[in-house]
Parts: sequence; structure tokens; C-alpha cells
Amino acid sequence: MIRAPLASLCLPLVLAPLLLGVINRTKAIVAGRKGQPLLQAYFDLWKLLQKGAVYSRSTTWVFYTGPAIGLAALLVATAIMPFGGAAAAVAFPGDLILLAYLLGLARFLTVVAALDTASSFEGMGASREVTFSALAEPALLLALAALALQTGSLSLSTIYTRIGVGSWGATAPALALVAGALLLVFLTENARIPVDDPTTHLELTMIHEVMVLDHSGPDLAFIQYAGALKLWLLGSLIVGLVVPLRSTTAWIDVAAATAGMFALATLTGLIESSMARWRLLRVPQLLVGAGLMSALALVLMLR
Amino acid sequence: MYLLLVAIGILCLSGLVASAVGRSSRWATACGAGGVVVAALIGIVPSVAAVLGATPQSIRLAWSVPYGAFFVEVDALSGFFLVVIFTVCPIAAVWGSAYLLQHHGKKSLGPPWFFFNVLIASMALVVVARNGVLFLVAWEVMALASFFLVTFDDDDEGVRDAGWIYLVATHLGTAFLLVLFLLLGEHASSLDFDRFLASPERASVLFLLAVCGFGTKAGLLPFHVWLPEAHSAAPSHVSAVMSGVMIKIGIYGLIRMLTILGPPPAWWGWLLVAAGLSSGIYGVVFALAQHDLKRLLAYSSVENVGIIVLGLGVGVVGLDAGQPTVATLGFAGALLHILNHALFKGLLFLGVGAVAHSTGTRELDQLGGLLKRMPVTGAAFVVGAVAIAALPPLNGFVGEWLIYFAAFNGIAAPGRDTATAVLSAIGGLALIGGLVAAGFTKVFGIVFLGEPRSRSAERAAEPALVMRAAMLALAAGCVFVGCFAPVVVAALVPVVRVATGLPADAVAQHLGEASRLLRWFVAAAAALVATSVLILFLRRWLLSRRDVGAAPTWDCGYAAPTPRMQYTSSSFSQPLTELFTFLLQTRHRGSALKGLLPDPTALATAAPDLLADGMYRPLFDLLGRGLRSVRWVQHGRVHVYVLYIAITLLVLLVWKLG
Repeated sequence: MIRAPLASLCLPLVLAPLLLGVINRTKAIVAGRKGQPLLQAYFDLWKLLQKGAVYSRSTTWVFYTGPAIGLAALLVATAIMPFGGAAAAVAFPGDLILLAYLLGLARFLTVVAALDTASSFEGMGASREVTFSALAEPALLLALAALALQTGSLSLSTIYTRIGVGSWGATAPALALVAGALLLVFLTENARIPVDDPTTHLELTMIHEVMVLDHSGPDLAFIQYAGALKLWLLGSLIVGLVVPLRSTTAWIDVAAATAGMFALATLTGLIESSMARWRLLRVPQLLVGAGLMSALALVLMLR
Repeated sequence: MYLLLVAIGILCLSGLVASAVGRSSRWATACGAGGVVVAALIGIVPSVAAVLGATPQSIRLAWSVPYGAFFVEVDALSGFFLVVIFTVCPIAAVWGSAYLLQHHGKKSLGPPWFFFNVLIASMALVVVARNGVLFLVAWEVMALASFFLVTFDDDDEGVRDAGWIYLVATHLGTAFLLVLFLLLGEHASSLDFDRFLASPERASVLFLLAVCGFGTKAGLLPFHVWLPEAHSAAPSHVSAVMSGVMIKIGIYGLIRMLTILGPPPAWWGWLLVAAGLSSGIYGVVFALAQHDLKRLLAYSSVENVGIIVLGLGVGVVGLDAGQPTVATLGFAGALLHILNHALFKGLLFLGVGAVAHSTGTRELDQLGGLLKRMPVTGAAFVVGAVAIAALPPLNGFVGEWLIYFAAFNGIAAPGRDTATAVLSAIGGLALIGGLVAAGFTKVFGIVFLGEPRSRSAERAAEPALVMRAAMLALAAGCVFVGCFAPVVVAALVPVVRVATGLPADAVAQHLGEASRLLRWFVAAAAALVATSVLILFLRRWLLSRRDVGAAPTWDCGYAAPTPRMQYTSSSFSQPLTELFTFLLQTRHRGSALKGLLPDPTALATAAPDLLADGMYRPLFDLLGRGLRSVRWVQHGRVHVYVLYIAITLLVLLVWKLG
């Protein structure tokens, strides 16, 4: 029994940065390049932890506590997130709301840390971040409500244990809509194309990267690691739904879900290779669309 | 019970003494603020006892007023609101004592303290009154006292206008209540609350009257128009009391009426959910568009009242659907949010007052970089901002978690109507949550972070020690309710029992369950704090052996960034205000840049209230034009007025005899 929570807690802590490697490698292959090593994210983290830091004279304690508390929020969120049928380290009814609001806390801190630098670029990124996340929030919570309705449970761990092949047999269209909405939330919250472009630096088009422009050294390492964890957490919301393998052997389920995570990373890489970033004015339409997909899924389930 | 009357007596007496010694600012302040603190210390004892489930105590004295009686009772529901009154008001009074003393010599401080203490006494009397006449008298005293407090700076025309709008709005609200009590009394042929028994066919009319009348005081859409005006005109400690406590008295009235009107039909719940959602979204969208700090906080109060009413609505839907879990959790969430909002909105108003006091401006785009100059105010303010954004680990999250949890519990309820209502509550609450986070990152980021945008912001300094202590006390309250959430929720059992009318053991069971779940939340909060501390130590250890440099902010190679190049509050919220332009109808004034070397230009934006400008102004203009034809009645000749009185008396006499 103890093994299952161990898997859902340790796998993200170890493997999350690898997802970034997979995404980047996919993009490189599609573009005909060799690409950076798969483990580049780990090398970056290691290098940043070795470095000193430079702080802007405009900043205050908010600037360096933000990344630290943000990472702590993501770590606590990891502890309540199940993975591929394996229950989370901690599970209780209502933890799905805590998950959404822990992500909200991390975002709040990133935004105020960005405003602390007095830079117009970071202000711009902060402004876009709050706009898009405010619209992504209903989509996420309504999608979670749909899953709660489907499984009759209010705890993430129970929800993801109960979703199986059978649930797809019963309400496939609704679950597909939920998965679609969660994918859009996943792309938005993790600053991926078509909402944000994680590869360009210093462009006025960016959101997340520009907010962390002034962070350096260990602070930046915390931000990047927290970003990788967020990628994993929101990804496992989707993978737990679309890879509904719930066999009697726990390690097979976990292995299947892990494979699903890397498939999702590959898909993200393919999306990023095949389309451009959308105009900022059109992104809200995408997010309202995600909210409507969740709502429609609920309507289908209530029918 | 007697302790409570003693507290109310002390409030009135100290107010009178303060106004008598008004020539000496110090004595007036000492009497006024001291009276509030002493009365609160005395009054909180019976209030807490009542919340914890002490047997309701009542006093009934005959009164010569027709249908009137001095009938007061303290049950758990009254006790809960008394606790809110007696925690926030003394802290605001202490803060106000330092704030008002800066008017030393310019203005007599007697009247503001008199009205402040009378306002608190009348609020306490409203929540314990059990007779319609007594209730309305206390209600009216509350309205008038707050009117005189709003118009403290009456040499400013804007403040006088705000005062008039408030006075008219509050009396229109009272008119609904007058009809409400008349109808209730007609049926019971008494105005004592314990005789009221609403007949089912009339209950819906009474409910609508209560929503309009009490909704006006609470600032519920579409009766909110007075709120942004009055709250931004009043001195900050008065805004803190009005926003944190007084508008909740409107919510109290609504809950009390729900207990009187009997089992609610489902559509009451839907109406409350719809009103709550529209207030919430309207309030937060307009808050985003404001440049004036106090107006912004006032609109945020409209939004929070929306959340409270949304919680009540979910609770009523649950009551109707026979879902005690949903009902208890919805009511408990609404009640807890009342306490929470009193704490953090009080804190935010005091913080904004300190900023305005120190810099002389409330204009967001004139501020910036205040955290370095006012570290304590800034630290307290960030606690308030995180709490109001309902983020863990503070109190705001606990209240909203209860409402969410009620709604999530309602999803699985049989009957699609219930599910539709709770699902709109979930989606709406999520949208409001995201927008509030946007609004309060803006306020904290633009005011306290970055570089000062004006000379006055550059010269800002911390306010007096008592003002800082008052803000820290409220911040500590936010942390306390967050940390002791299971205890606080468990203590709400008697209050929720009175509010819902459900059997005590059912309420205790459901709230006990929620309280047990909140222990997990406290554990998560503790883990969050511990992990943060560990990571901060790790950071310090990593950096202790390395070079840590200081430099100007990296602006993409630009060498001379100035504070004027920072993002402003308008630019920060522009993407969201553009999205909600159908609601805001923001007006832009200024000319576009032309040519290669454009002339200097200016841009001003304003988002006046949609309903005030689109509905009330035309309505009142029309009313004014219509009544112009009877204006000749009013001419200032006293002897004709006496004639009017005589004729009226004669008509009444004939009507009575005939």
C-alpha cells in the first residue's frame, strides 16, 4: 500500500524536468535539428544552483521569497496529486479545490515578484498572466467538477482510481470534452504554444519567460523546477483520464501512465512545431472555449 | 445579556462625552476610542458565549410607542454578528484615533467620535432587536450616524454628493423594510419577531422585499450604487467599519428573514445564487478598472457581498433539495466569509488609509515602491491581499473552500435544477477568484512594489505606531482564522443551526465532517510554511558562498530606465478591462500620437458605474422633471406650511370619524 503514494510523489520529483527534454527533443527532430540533450533541464538546474545571483536595486524581499514559496506550493500540490491509479501521498475530500488554489498561490507570487522589478517588460508579462489564468480558472474547476460528477468523489485520488476503461464506455463524449478542456488549460498554464512561446526571450509577445527575466541563480532554479512540476501535475490530470488502465498490478498502471506523460510531452512538442503562437487578442477565445467544453461535458453528464 | 446592554450604554455615553469635550481633540479621541475599546471588551463576552451555544437570553420591556417594545434577544446568530462588530470596530477606532488627531485644531473631533460610537451601538442594537419598531429605529440611527461620518470632509463637494447619494439610497432601502414589517405585522397583529408567522402565499413577496431592502444596505447588485461613492468619501477607519461590518448587517437582516419566512422554495436559492454571481462578477470587474484605491476596495466589497450571498443561495438550494450537507456547508461558508471579509477588508481599508495619509494621494498611478518606505504597512497589506484572493494558507481560502465544497457536494444531488445552480456557483466562483487575484496583484504590485511614480510616493513614511499595531492586529486575525480553521468552523454549529433551522445533530455532524477535513488543510498549510522556510534556508546556504550583486533592473539593454517607464495600474488591467468592455464601457480621453516627433499628449480613462449612469441617473432625472410641476407647494412661507398641517389633520379627522 505504501508503494503507490511513493510512486505518485517521487516520480514527478525525479522525472518532471525530463518532460521538458522530451518536448524540446521532439521540436528539434521535427525541425530537422539534433537538439539539446534530453537531460538539459537537469543540467540547467544544477548549473543555476551553483551560481551566485544578481538582484535589481528596485526589488524587495518579495522578489526572492516569491520563487521559494511558489516552489513550496508546487511541492505540496505534488503531495496531493495521484498518478496513474496510484493514490497521492495525502488524499482527502476537497483536495481538488486545494490543488487549484495552490497553483493560484504560486501564480500570485510570480506576478508580484515580477512587478517588484519595476520593469515594463515584466509588468507586461504579469498583466497577461493574470488575464489568461483568470479565464483558465473556470475551465479547470468545471473540468474537475465534471470528473467529480462522473466518479461521485471529491478527492483527486479517488476520482483517478475510479476512472477506468468502463467510464469511457459509459460517457466517452463527455470525458473527451473534459480531456480537451484540460489540454487547453495545460497549454495555457504551462506557457506553451499557442498561448505563449517558451523559446523566445525578450520579445514583447511573451508571458511567463518575461516575468522571470530578472531572477538569477538559485531563485531561477526554483522557478524552473516549479515550472517542471506544474507541467507534470497538470499533465497527469489529463493522462490519468486518457490512459485509464487500472489493472491489479500497480507498477504496470504507473508504467503506462509514465509512458502517457511522455506521449503528452511529445504531443506538446508536435503542437509547438506545427503551429504559431496565437495573437494575444485571440487567446481569450481559446480559454472561453475551454470553459465551454467543460460546461458542455457537465451538461452531457447530467442529461 | 446585561453585559451587552452595558456595552451599548458605554458606547452611547462615551460618544456623548466625546462630543461634549469636542473642543479638546485629545480628550474627545480618548473618550471616543477608549469607549469603543472598553465596550468591545465587555460586549464580546456574551457574544462569544452566545455563538458557542449558550441559551438565548432576552429582555422585553413595554414601550409607549404603538406596536413597539424594547424586546432584545441574543441568540447564536446575533452573537456571531456581535463578534464581528466587536472585533473589527475597536481596531478601527484605535487606528482612527491616530488618524483623526491629524485634524487637530482644524476641526472639532467631537462629532466624528459621537457618530462613530453611535454607529457601533446602533449596529449592535440592530442585531439583537426583536421588535419591528425597535429594529427600524436602530436601523435608521445606523443609517444617519454613518451618513454624518461619510460627510466628515464636508468642505469637499464630491464628499457632499456621495453623502446625499448614500442618504437617498439607504432611505429607499428602508422603505422596502417598512413595507416588509407592515405586512409581517399585519398578519401577526404584533411587531415582535417571535410572533411573526409568514403565510406561505405571501412569503415570496416578503422575501423579495427583504432582498431589496437588506440588499441595499449590503450593496447587492443592482442596489450597490451608493457603496463606491460613500466608502471612498468616508475617512478610512469609517470605510473599514462600513465595508467590513455595516454592510454585513444587511446580510444579517436577510438571514434573519430567512429564519422567519419558513421553508424556502427553490427559486429563492436560485435568485440568491444569481444575485450573488452578478454582484461578484460586476464588483470585481469594476474594481479592476478603478484608479482610486478606495473606490477599488469599495467595488471589491460589492464582489465579496456577492460571494456571501452566493454561499447563502447554495445553502438555500440545498435546504430545498433536502440536502443538509449542502445547506450547512453553504450557510457556514457564507457566515465564515462574513467574518473573513470583515477582517481582511478592514485591514485593506486601513492600509490604504495609511498610504493616502502618508502620500496625500489615493491615485494608484501616482504610487509605487512603498514597501521599502512603509515596510510594516506593506507586510500587513500583502497578508490582506493574499487573504482576499482566497489563497491558502489564509482565512479567505477557508470560507471559499466551504462554499466550493457545498457546491461540489450538491453536484451529485438528485434533481437537475440543484445541479445547475451549484455548477454555475462553481464556475462563477472560479472566475471571480481569478479576477480577484488579478485585481489584488495589481493593487499590491503597483502601490507597494517597483519604483515610486511621484515625489509624494518617494517621501512616504510609516504611519504612527498605533496605526501600524491596528493593521498588524487585523493581519494576525486573518492568519489566526486560517490556522485555526477547524476550530472556527466547528464553533459555527449553533449559528448555522439558527440560520438553517436544521436539527442540531445534523448540523453538528456535517460541520464536524468539514472541520475534520479542514485539519488536512491546516496540515497542508503547515507543510507549505515549513517547505518554504526550508527552501529559503537552502537559498541562503547556497548564496552564502557566492557573489551576490546588485544592479539596476534588466531592461533589455536599455541603460536609463525611469520610474515613468513602469507598467501602470491602467496598463496592467487593460487586457481584462478590454475583455469586459461590454460591462465597463470605459471612456478614453486624449489624442492619438501623430507624426514622427509627436507633441506631448495625455490619456485619461474612466469607468463610471454602468447602473448608476445607465439606470439610476435617467430615472432620477425623469422623477425630478415629473415632480417639477408640484414644486410650487414648497416655497418657504411658514404660515402656509402651518395651514398644510391643519388641513392634513382635518382630513385625517374626517377620515377617522367618517
